[in-house]
Amino acid sequence: MNEENNIAVEGENNWEEKVGLAKMLVGGVVMDVTNAEQARIAEAAGAVAVMALERVPSDIRKDGGIARMSPVSKIQEIQECASIPVMAKSRIGHFMEAEILEALSVDFIDESEVLTPADEDAHIDKSPFKAPFVCGARNLGEALRRISEGAALIRTKGEAGTGDIIHAVRHMKLINSQIKELAGLGEWDLATCAEKLNAPRDLVKQVAKDGRLPVPNFAAGGIATPADAAMMMRLGAEAVFVGSGIFKSSPDPEKQSAVARAIVEAVTHFDNPAELVRICQNVDVAMRGEDTAEIPEEKLLQSRGW
Amino acid sequence: MVNARRFPDLPRAGKPTIGVLALQGSFPLHIASLQRCGVETRKVRKPEDLEDIHGLVIPGGESTTMENLASRCGLFDALRSAGRNGLPIFGTCAGAILLGKGTERPERLQVVDIEVRRNAYGRQVDSFNAELFLASFETPFHGVFIRAPIIEAGTENLDCEILGLHEGHPVLIRNGRILLATFHPELTDDLRIHKLFLEMCELASGKAGEEIREESGAGQTRENAF
Repeated sequence: MNEENNIAVEGENNWEEKVGLAKMLVGGVVMDVTNAEQARIAEAAGAVAVMALERVPSDIRKDGGIARMSPVSKIQEIQECASIPVMAKSRIGHFMEAEILEALSVDFIDESEVLTPADEDAHIDKSPFKAPFVCGARNLGEALRRISEGAALIRTKGEAGTGDIIHAVRHMKLINSQIKELAGLGEWDLATCAEKLNAPRDLVKQVAKDGRLPVPNFAAGGIATPADAAMMMRLGAEAVFVGSGIFKSSPDPEKQSAVARAIVEAVTHFDNPAELVRICQNVDVAMRGEDTAEIPEEKLLQSRGW
Repeated sequence: MVNARRFPDLPRAGKPTIGVLALQGSFPLHIASLQRCGVETRKVRKPEDLEDIHGLVIPGGESTTMENLASRCGLFDALRSAGRNGLPIFGTCAGAILLGKGTERPERLQVVDIEVRRNAYGRQVDSFNAELFLASFETPFHGVFIRAPIIEAGTENLDCEILGLHEGHPVLIRNGRILLATFHPELTDDLRIHKLFLEMCELASGKAGEEIREESGAGQTRENAF
């Protein structure tokens, strides 16, 4: 690797700036978009960031085959029209896709289970990158393993592309209850917990002391309506990712835009049901969705990664 | 000496309270910093939340999102008139963008005659931190700049004091009762800039707050909005 292309300088990890950007996204909605027009709808609706994709997760699910990083031209098309941060996904363990995304100046890289994993042994070593990473987690141990690899943001690993929120709810509740269980434990008990969680001891101790993850925790996967988004916020999510829920709600861009606007407002006013009535008044569509209980275990995307 | 009658448009009632625009962004961090300074805080999400506050913080975050949400409920215009009527306001990053002027998205409050260009250093890979030498502070302030804006023009006007520069660009300025930072003091534990703002609100932390309570003889406390 020559000097010019050597983006991933060892040790230069900009931790403050990475977690700082995650904290600036708090209280917001990150929307999946597949082209410039959708990016414009998302930004006009008040999204805090967009996730540049070739296909939304429900199409990835339907089409099957190998799901990879979006084409570079697609990401650039979206970067050109969005003034808000642009995120993009790399496959789990595919550090080369991640390096390409970083060289493209993508603002956040999602090492995502929605794409087909590239490495069965290791997630990407995220610390040396200058770009921040977000990773999915189903429980506290998984969240802390990703953070120890350098993830600056955690999200639930709800079943993407289904519009079924049950898994995101389970992951958020589990992580928060596992954090609460650590409170007040002595050093020996924390060491045991670290073993059980299969997570680094220093991070387990830090979580026990702070009562929270060292990075923000967002909700993702299966969020389709303003009420879904508000529920995740009430359960402790600091912000929300919405994938297929917006652009699969209706073929009509006006209706998509109404859903997008309502979800943005629902995340701000999540603790005010009277406001939520007003917010939901202009929304009469939602994505059809798929009951995850009918999906065979081996087809679940969330089981990718560990 | 605290003068409770300084802002005629904002009658003081009860405890001094600093509002924090809580539509999106780093508002939880600002609330934590302000509470550590010993003042009451209130989340501002609707125009009526601006009533009776003694100062307002517009946090970091996405300026387009904040403008969008504020406009939907009439809060954007309310923020503009509050600022123009003399409410002390502290804007960090997105907050500085909104308070100033500019030609790109989002629409600005134009409370100060200062041009602020969004994402002026580039994208997230160009975010950085720097030790800043700020006027009136003896030791450097750790500045974290995230997709930060640059204050481009307008600082030559007579009301504007440049309190800090980085690579030739003003990064902290005071213009009358408005304080603008292009970086994020709320991401650090250093409370000096928040205290500076509270001095501008004439309630430098808890002690002056006590004085105001005594002066207005208030037993009336106001219910906190959150």
